[in-house]
Amino acid sequence: MLSIKNLTASINGTPVLKGIDLELKAGEIHAIMGPNGSGKSTLGKVLVGHPAYEVTGGEVLYEGRNLFELEPDARARAGIFMGFQHPIEVPGVSNAAFLRLAYNKKAEAEGRDELDPLEFDDFIHEKIKLVAMKEEFLDRSLNEGFSGGEKKRNEILQMAVLEPKLAILDELDSGLDIDALRVLGDAVNKLQRPDRALLIITHFPRILEIIEPQFVHVLSGGRILKSAGKELAIELEERGYDWVLEEAAAGSQR
Amino acid sequence: MTSTFNVVTSQEYKYGFVTDIEADSVAPGLNEDVIRFISTKKGEPDWLLEFRLKAYRHWLTMTEPDWANVVYPKPDFQKIVYYSAPKPKKPQYASMDEVDPELRRTFEKLGVPIHEQEALAGVAVDVVFDSVSVTTTYREKLATVGIIFCSFSEAVKSHPELVRKYLGSVVPSSDNFYAALNSAVFTDGSFVFIPKGVACPMDLSTYFRINNKESGQFERTLIVAEEGASVSYLEGCTAPQFDTNQLHAAVVELVALDHASIKYSTVQNWYAGDKDGKGGIFNFVTKRGLCKGKGSHISWTQVETGSAITWKYPSCVLLGDDSIGEFYSVALTNHKQQADTGTKMVHIGKNTKSTIISKGISAGDSSNSYRGLVKVQPKAEGARNFSQCDSMLIGQSCSASTFPYIEVQNRSARVEHEATTSKIGEEQLLYFQQRGIPAEEAISMIINGFCKDVFRELPMEFAVEATKLLSLKLEGSVG
Repeated sequence: MLSIKNLTASINGTPVLKGIDLELKAGEIHAIMGPNGSGKSTLGKVLVGHPAYEVTGGEVLYEGRNLFELEPDARARAGIFMGFQHPIEVPGVSNAAFLRLAYNKKAEAEGRDELDPLEFDDFIHEKIKLVAMKEEFLDRSLNEGFSGGEKKRNEILQMAVLEPKLAILDELDSGLDIDALRVLGDAVNKLQRPDRALLIITHFPRILEIIEPQFVHVLSGGRILKSAGKELAIELEERGYDWVLEEAAAGSQR
Repeated sequence: MTSTFNVVTSQEYKYGFVTDIEADSVAPGLNEDVIRFISTKKGEPDWLLEFRLKAYRHWLTMTEPDWANVVYPKPDFQKIVYYSAPKPKKPQYASMDEVDPELRRTFEKLGVPIHEQEALAGVAVDVVFDSVSVTTTYREKLATVGIIFCSFSEAVKSHPELVRKYLGSVVPSSDNFYAALNSAVFTDGSFVFIPKGVACPMDLSTYFRINNKESGQFERTLIVAEEGASVSYLEGCTAPQFDTNQLHAAVVELVALDHASIKYSTVQNWYAGDKDGKGGIFNFVTKRGLCKGKGSHISWTQVETGSAITWKYPSCVLLGDDSIGEFYSVALTNHKQQADTGTKMVHIGKNTKSTIISKGISAGDSSNSYRGLVKVQPKAEGARNFSQCDSMLIGQSCSASTFPYIEVQNRSARVEHEATTSKIGEEQLLYFQQRGIPAEEAISMIINGFCKDVFRELPMEFAVEATKLLSLKLEGSVG
């Protein structure tokens, strides 16, 4: 589904990704872990087309197409979703109106029927149950005055509405208490299907106890230093990141 | 991303056409003879000529105000044409069918609901083309309930006592440089009189259009609502696209007697000049409402999107006890546009209340300032004001400023002011785009959300127009 080959990217001329290789197949869950400032959030931002980052080399194929030929909104309509670490607040734009516009843009792109406000109302009331969101949040302005946890809930609601093929969740666990994390993690698990893939970007391993990955990659200094199965996350939980960095440094000297 | 913003803001002005109609004009320049010419041409009574001459003589002693946060070449007042009227094929129009077909086509292009079937939508329209009022619809129907809605010139002829009583009673001819100029040379405008106890059964509307390249537009609007009367009045404006600047210096006076209510809404879409700042309208307008009676209510709603330079402060003088003044404004500037706009709320009576909601949006290289005065005079026991001034910046090279002035001379007064500045930046846009929403629609949605508190004050069809207009004006701007 997603094939990243030797991807390099920079921000304001400073290289931040220094050659990333990664393969994601349908049905797989991958976790990207790493210390702060390692470039793991950058990878997500580059994939969705954040304008501050410049792709300087390598290639990314999404379903066989060159990802970088698509505008950010076209990537979204093609099924790529990012759950943002810091969702923005938009005063005066109702959450429901935003969700409906996003839904209809994707429906239009896929040749499905768009939903009018009444139809959407029925549709969204089913969806909010999944993330245990209170109805009043639909009528409020998009993310405005939402707590950190409510914003994350809203991100996963959007994921449920858009049903992406590839979801990138950037630090979903930040700002969440353990109960909320459990609810949202379960929601993400329910949304996972054999034809969908998940890329979880996280600093802390605890989210991976709920959303269990098959593959864990440690990213640091703009490179993937180590890739392994789920057991790597447990090891990181116990030992921290330093040993991976040391191992990699030793490896490169050899 | 700069490129996305730029594409979205360079939409062309669609009202920039010129109508080829023979006009009856006076040579450019201003002196007492020109004023006498205008007055004679309009068959005015002596007192009105005196009003004009007095204003002119006072104007000669005044200098152009320079305190506003705008920079522009000062107009040469001797190069302006002060009277230009579309030459009628016949002296009077018995019906719309007799109006010059060119002119009718112009109005069709403008989307002015001038035809009877469109007028059935419930809007009575007065159309002012260059300096002269062309037609007023629905007038007879309104007359049956005692409402007078006609061009200013006609009102001078048919209701001179009313015009004389109220003209200059809110904005004296010596009020400011542009008001004095307008008082000297105004050519037409609209007159509305709602008698005691009458609620005007439909929205009244005026469309202003400057067509002649050298002509200035100096219209005068006077609206009087007697005791217990109410009216909602809409004003729309467009102008052709010229590479020179045209001057628009209007005066609008509103008078509300006891428990009367006047709601005045404007969607201003004068030509703003091209993206390099060439051409465009200089919009120097004095609008003021007098809440003369107890419990009277005046509400200004404006959506300012056009004009190269805007200098405009629709204000309320809250004289009557318990009177209410409101100002809801969206001012959008793009490219090289400059706007200095806001309001004055002068609390004189007891328990007077005012609300100011101002939303400034700047894009391109434009500059957008809010300037507002809240003044509570010593006798205004229990006066209250709430002001909220929000600015939104789009792109890197625009600016927004807020100049709130608060003068309180009564200790029981309560005045609140809130201000925010936000930015549509790449993070906001990415968020929308990441949900499949293209940049243009994202901007439009963010802006409409930002302006929601003002748009909901507009009559429905105006609100729809305003929403579209903002999106159009911003096409090409995000980055």
